[in-house]
Amino acid sequence: MIPACALAALPRGEAFRLDTVEPPIAVFHTDDGELYAVDDTCTHQDASLADGWLEGCEVECPLHASRFDLRTGEVDAPPAKLPVRTHGVVVEDGTVYVVPSDLPPNLPPGARARTA
Amino acid sequence: MRSVAVVGASLAGLYAARALRDQGFDGTLTIVGSERHRPYDRPPLSKEFLAGRMTEADLALETDDEDLGAEWRLGVRASGLDRRDRRVLLADGTSITADGVVLATGATARTLPGDSPALEGVHTLRTLDDALALRADLVPGRRLVVIGAGFIGAEVASTARELGLGVTIVETAPVPLARALGGEMGTALGALHEERGVGLICGVAVQALTGGDRVDGVLLADGRRLDADVVLVGIGARPEIGWLEGSGVELGDGVLCDSGGGTSLPGVVAVGDCAAWFDPGLGHHHRVEHWTGAVQRPAATAATLLSGGTALAPAQPPPYLWSDQYGRRIQFAGHTRPGDSVTVEEGDVAARSFLAVYRREDRPVAVLGVDQVRQFTRWRRRLGTVNTG
Ligand code: FES
Repeated sequence: MIPACALAALPRGEAFRLDTVEPPIAVFHTDDGELYAVDDTCTHQDASLADGWLEGCEVECPLHASRFDLRTGEVDAPPAKLPVRTHGVVVEDGTVYVVPSDLPPNLPPGARARTA
Repeated sequence: MRSVAVVGASLAGLYAARALRDQGFDGTLTIVGSERHRPYDRPPLSKEFLAGRMTEADLALETDDEDLGAEWRLGVRASGLDRRDRRVLLADGTSITADGVVLATGATARTLPGDSPALEGVHTLRTLDDALALRADLVPGRRLVVIGAGFIGAEVASTARELGLGVTIVETAPVPLARALGGEMGTALGALHEERGVGLICGVAVQALTGGDRVDGVLLADGRRLDADVVLVGIGARPEIGWLEGSGVELGDGVLCDSGGGTSLPGVVAVGDCAAWFDPGLGHHHRVEHWTGAVQRPAATAATLLSGGTALAPAQPPPYLWSDQYGRRIQFAGHTRPGDSVTVEEGDVAARSFLAVYRREDRPVAVLGVDQVRQFTRWRRRLGTVNTG
């Protein structure tokens, strides 16, 4: 479990980028009060999903508008072809924690080369 | 409608074919492409692909399990359109007759006027094959001269610099990108080049390219001569519509369309870089040459075709483009014209991370971001709601 941020610092409609882990993780607080965590890097190319547009349970990538379902990571709109990896989220004593997935990430080609 | 021919197998053509199927068209679908490649994504050609960080396979636009149930005719150019029976004539002598035709032939890179005899080492960049040829020529230590400081030129300059070439950009206009972004912001983006040791010469035209078999220099109108091992001509693109001359499709700077992609001929629609849709906001036809237009507009185009032109054309979001240069992300949305005011609302131009908003009579009309992705996303949304209201 990795501490991300204080729940109070993440109002509804906002996102937090946890970049102390590699690859970074984005935590979203939806308007309905749900918390979701996914890999921050879009699976299409190199863009940060925490910078994207949050609507309902979906995030739209800020670069080419691929849409991902935050609950499952599935692609709801192209150009992305691969789902984004999802992580668990736990809130304890007012702190948001991420429970990282142990599945491999679907990083985009550019980012793949950089972290290799 | 029992059959549709989509002429053009790039982004707009593929998305049009997808939209037709999504909207319930289950007839015969033929997709014609002048290149031999399956649909691929062009923006990385001047960036990640040119730098070698992306492969050909990474450029594929189709998903592995995608099946549009289409017949693909790749590597053959369309040479004409016979309006009487809506027959698309192909360069190999065959033809396709269809109830509906989607024109999505895109654009072709402009070359220098006069078109001096083809010198080796002189490139344009539009297609995958162009990118492969250019990449092979971008050898560290060589001198590259980029003609035109537009987005393609700027991106190639940035990539070539990263690859270890000496780079100079020559631009006819006094300020780079002034038409798209205005003088002040054009100057700000021009500074990105100089900061990385890329030469930027503005306000001077190119007189001629010199060399024997291979280019060895660029002669400027003011008498200066730049040594060059490689030259990239990045002076824009013109719509690929020559093949439609005499077909009865009304042409201007592109195929002239209504605000839903309908052309002057029934059963013929157009989308993507070859099409100039009527823009109700601007009050004239306008060719949107950006990736986003080729992605967003095919849905309306398919609806226009399948409904016989009765579908209501939805308002299109403001045009959006992005560019990556020297590790910085540049994004722009909206329309600007001379006289708009520009205010920096976030960050600092000197720090090369800022967000600038363009206004006309106090109404925001465009936004530019450099490394301000989150704020840009919000502003772009706002612009969409302001301008369709
Ligand atoms: S980088 Fe996310 S859609 Fe392209």
